[in-house]
Amino acid sequence: MDYFAQQLINGLVLGSIYGLIAIGYTMVYGIVGMINFAHGDIFMIGGFIALITFLILVSFGLTAIPLILLIVLLVSMAITALYGWTVERIAYRPLRHSFRLAPMLSAIGMSFVLTNYSQVAQGARVKPVPPIITGGYTLHEGAGGFVVQLSNIQIIVVITTVVLLALFTWLVSSTRLGRDMRACEQDQTMASLLGVDVDRTISMTFVIGAALAAVAGMMYLLYYGLVDFFMGFVAGIKAFTAAVLGGIGSLPGAMLGGLLIGLIETLWSAYFSVEYKDVAAFSILIVVLIFLPTGLLGRPEVEKV
Amino acid sequence: MTASSPTTPLLAIRGLRAAYGKIEALKGVDLEVGAGEIVALIGANGAGKSTLMMTVFGRPRARAGKIEYDGQDITGVPTHEIARLRIAQSPEGRRIFPRMSVAENLQMGADATDSSEADRASGLERIFNLFPRLKERMTQRGGTLSGGEQQMLAIGRALMSRPRLLMLDEPSLGLAPLIARQIFDAIRTLNRQDGLTVLIVEQNANHALKLAHRGYVMVNGLITLSGTGSELLQRPEIRAAYLEGGRRG
Repeated sequence: MDYFAQQLINGLVLGSIYGLIAIGYTMVYGIVGMINFAHGDIFMIGGFIALITFLILVSFGLTAIPLILLIVLLVSMAITALYGWTVERIAYRPLRHSFRLAPMLSAIGMSFVLTNYSQVAQGARVKPVPPIITGGYTLHEGAGGFVVQLSNIQIIVVITTVVLLALFTWLVSSTRLGRDMRACEQDQTMASLLGVDVDRTISMTFVIGAALAAVAGMMYLLYYGLVDFFMGFVAGIKAFTAAVLGGIGSLPGAMLGGLLIGLIETLWSAYFSVEYKDVAAFSILIVVLIFLPTGLLGRPEVEKV
Repeated sequence: MTASSPTTPLLAIRGLRAAYGKIEALKGVDLEVGAGEIVALIGANGAGKSTLMMTVFGRPRARAGKIEYDGQDITGVPTHEIARLRIAQSPEGRRIFPRMSVAENLQMGADATDSSEADRASGLERIFNLFPRLKERMTQRGGTLSGGEQQMLAIGRALMSRPRLLMLDEPSLGLAPLIARQIFDAIRTLNRQDGLTVLIVEQNANHALKLAHRGYVMVNGLITLSGTGSELLQRPEIRAAYLEGGRRG
C-alpha cells in the first residue's frame, strides 16, 4: 500500500510534466488542425534555457533560490515562447494554405533542426545539474521500513502546474484572446469577418503553448536534474500520446491524458518492468482509441449546422 | 460622380471580378447601396450572390474592379480590418460559433469594433427587443439553438458591432414562414427606426423585393436587371423566373 502511494505521487508528478506539454499539442491541433511535431523539441529548448539561465544567475553570485527559480521560470518562458513564435512564422505559416500534409512534414523537419541545433550548440553529452531543491516530507513510515516521501521538488512541480492551468483556463475561457482563439478554432473565416486577426491569434497560440512547454522543461530539469538535446523526442511523443488519449483538441483532455500516461508509466515500471513502460503506455492508448476513437474527453463531431 | 455629393453611396461596387481558382464567379459587377437604403440582391443558386457578399470582405480577393465604402477604397483591405469599418455580415449558413454560448457569440460581434461597455449594453437591449428569444438562450451553446434562433443570433451578432452597413445572406433560408416573417420585420424595423443600411441576398424574391427600396437581379456573375423593389416585382421576366415558376412563391 505504501509502495503504491509512493508510485502514485511519482506518477502524478511525471503526469503534470506530460500534461503541460500535451496542452501545446492539443491547442495547436484545435486551431490549425496540424500536429506540431517540433513541440517536444520546444520543451527541450525550454529545459536548456532554464539551465543556461540558472548557471548565469549563479555565476553572478545570486544565492536566493526562490528568486533564482522565479527568474529562471520567466526567462525560460519568454525565450522559449519566442522560439515557438519563430517556428510557426518560418515553418508553418507559409504553408498554411498548402496541402494538408505540408505543415506536418515541415514540423518533422523543424524537429530535426531544433534537435541538431541544440546538439551542435550545446554538445551531445547529458548536462547534469546538482539538486537545486532538496528536502521533503515523510508522509508515512510503513511497518516494513518503507517510507512514503513527498519531496519539495514534487510539491513545486504539482503546485506550479495547478497554478498555470488555472491561469491558462482563465485565459481561454474569459479573456478576449481566449475567445478569439476559440473562434478561430471553430470557424476561421467567420472569426476574420468579425475582426479577429487570425494570423496573430495563431501566433499567440504557439507562443502560449511554447511557454507552457518551457515550464515543463524547467520542471524536468529540476526533477530529474539533467537535460540533453534528445530529450524532446520521447517526451514529445509521450505528451502527444497524452493529448490523443485525452481527446485531441480538448484542453482538459490533454491534462487528463498527461496524468494518465504519467501514472501508467510509473505504475507499470514499479510493478512489472521498466523496460516495457513505453509499451504499456502506448498499448493503453491503442485500447482506448479502439473503443473511444475521439479519446476520453474528445467530442464526437455532431453539431447542428 | 462627385465624391462630396450627399448622394455618394455608402457602398459602391464597380466592375468587380472574383474567382475561385479558375472558376469565375463574378464577371464585372456594378452595384450601389445608398445610406439608409435596403437593397435586395436576388438570383438563382450559384449566381454569385454570396461570393459578392464575401468579396466585399476580401474572401475571395477581387481580381479586378473596385469596392468603395463611404468614399474610401477598401478593395485590398485585410478581412479582419473590414469589420472595424463597421460593415457587418450575417453570412451564408449563419456561421455562428457552435461551441460558444449565445452571450459569447454576441460578445464576438461587440469585440469586432472594440465596443465600450455602454455600447455593448445598449446593443444587447436592442437585440433583445428584436429577438426576445435570444435573451432566454444566453447561456446556451450556439450549436444547440434551432435554425431560426441561430439566424436571430447571426443577425444579433452582426448588430453588436454597431454596423453602418448590414449585409445579410439568405436570412430566411430554411426557416418556417412565421419565423422568416419575424426576421424580415426586424430588418424593416432596424432600417426605419435606426436608419440602418441593409444589403440583403435572398432567394425568396417576393419577400425581399417587398422589403427593399431597390433591387438587383444577378445571373451567372453579372447584374442583369435593377430597379426599385416594386418595379422589379412587376417585371414579367422576374415573375416568371423567381416568383410564379418557383416553388417558393
